[in-house]
Amino acid sequence: MAAVIEAHDLKRTYKTTTGVVRRKPLEVEAVRGISFAVERGELFGLLGPNGAGKTTTIKMLITLLLPTSGTARVLGHDVEREPREVRKRIGYVFGGDRGLYERLSALDNLRYFAELYGVSGRRQRERIGEVLELVGLTGREKERVEGYSRGMRQRLHIARGILHDPEVLFLDEPTIGVDPVGARELRATISELVRAGKTLLLTTHYMFEADTLCDRIAVIAKGSIVGQGTPTELKSGVTDGRVTEIEVFGVDDAAVERLRAIDGVTAVAVEEQEQKQLLVVQTTGARELTQALLTELGGASVGRVSSREPTLEDAYVALVTAE
Amino acid sequence: MKTLRVIAVGWLIHFKIMSRSPFAIGVGATWPIVNATLAYFMYRAGGYPQTLLYASLGSAVAGIWSMAAIDASGAIQRQRWWGTLELLVGTPVPFALVLLPMAVAIASAGIYALATTLLWGRLVYGIPLPLEHAVAFVVAVPVTIASIGVLGFALGMTLVRFRTASHIGNSLEYPVWIASGLLFPLAVHPAWSHPISLALAPTWGMRALLHSALGGRAWLDIAICLGLAAAYTAFGIALLERFMDSARRHATLSLT
Repeated sequence: MAAVIEAHDLKRTYKTTTGVVRRKPLEVEAVRGISFAVERGELFGLLGPNGAGKTTTIKMLITLLLPTSGTARVLGHDVEREPREVRKRIGYVFGGDRGLYERLSALDNLRYFAELYGVSGRRQRERIGEVLELVGLTGREKERVEGYSRGMRQRLHIARGILHDPEVLFLDEPTIGVDPVGARELRATISELVRAGKTLLLTTHYMFEADTLCDRIAVIAKGSIVGQGTPTELKSGVTDGRVTEIEVFGVDDAAVERLRAIDGVTAVAVEEQEQKQLLVVQTTGARELTQALLTELGGASVGRVSSREPTLEDAYVALVTAE
Repeated sequence: MKTLRVIAVGWLIHFKIMSRSPFAIGVGATWPIVNATLAYFMYRAGGYPQTLLYASLGSAVAGIWSMAAIDASGAIQRQRWWGTLELLVGTPVPFALVLLPMAVAIASAGIYALATTLLWGRLVYGIPLPLEHAVAFVVAVPVTIASIGVLGFALGMTLVRFRTASHIGNSLEYPVWIASGLLFPLAVHPAWSHPISLALAPTWGMRALLHSALGGRAWLDIAICLGLAAAYTAFGIALLERFMDSARRHATLSLT
């Protein structure tokens, strides 16, 4: 069975200029030849730091940007040559406050996009009722959007994206800036869409979200895919050992480098926490390295030390920080 | 039928958005009064009291054009700021069906300018509106607005590709007032400028309104207005798809 979304060696370069008087051309490679495939009914996650190329990839797949090279197909239609065929069959949701007509009611926003997506007049009323029900906005649809909370706006974005009942849905950071309860409700909505048989491509910064929702994940860093698989595969593939967390006060760069040099240490991340730092050390194999780690910290003042199973976030950090 | 529905709903939605901005409507509707007042005193001082209606209608049409030139050509940029441009481009309908009703809806807000200017002239300066051909006048108003709106569409499409192209609309505001004979009759213009004037919808819209009010060949003016609107639309559609491809290639849709 052919994949619903296919990307083959997809590249995108942005051309810009630097300087004011003497302008110099500058090329930025946002996406550097990525390939992946998403099967029908799958929820596929794209993870990566800011500027990694996630949104550029999505924009090429939803036909808003032309690839510099490479090919991509959605439901068998080429995104470059058949944009209208692709657009009929997909929905997309961008995260954030923008993308809605603030002075209009939710109902008017939905009516307009229903028209643009060719939902027939007779079907519109029924369909708008269905999507409002799905995203939990029934009863609030006649209010102007400018009075909506962030979470309500995001739910309205999703309602707009699924109005025409698309087979494939692209969600670009749909829970960004939404409070925990709102984010949980949005995740529940996304899960319902998967249960309804939709194919989803999701980008997110939240590892918990990706771990909970995604069937498979591709991690992008600097425009290239650096890891791909199920959340479990990614966790075990990057670190089959353990993660040791050490609270320290005033650790210097040299000490961190010494930790990295220890045999069995695969990654060390430093999280600044007010007056202290949290060292997150990933190790491979069964060897117990806690004592060796503490020795290399030298004179630094050490607080709590704990050891745990690796999470998706550990796998992600290891992948995106690997040279 | 489906196409007409998309255009009608698009017009309604964007007219609603415009109408819910009291500040924009208030300014757009009242500042032509200033022009009308200036023109009134100029014509009265010049000893041409019979042309006072000309001044009043000219100011109103100038108001409609200003809406189209500034607001309609800036409409794309506003969609960028609102984050809706990419959403609109990403729908399966041809983008012309999105942009055209948007531009016409914005020009339609010029109806407020027309109403306040005529009312101002009537109440403050006692300028009558004779309406020799009342039916033609009723038809001429929407045709004038639509044809000027479509001219705004033809200007606005450049913004899909060039985000600072709204300057074109701004810089064309006064020249079109003059070239269309909205404040000074075309008879006083040099002969070389007449072809430019005749290619502009506001020229014929103004004539249609004036002839339907005072008597004359209003229906011919209306027909020419419609013909020009069709020509602008064809020109706009022909270029728009190229601009769209260029915008996708140069990634200018999401730039603000």
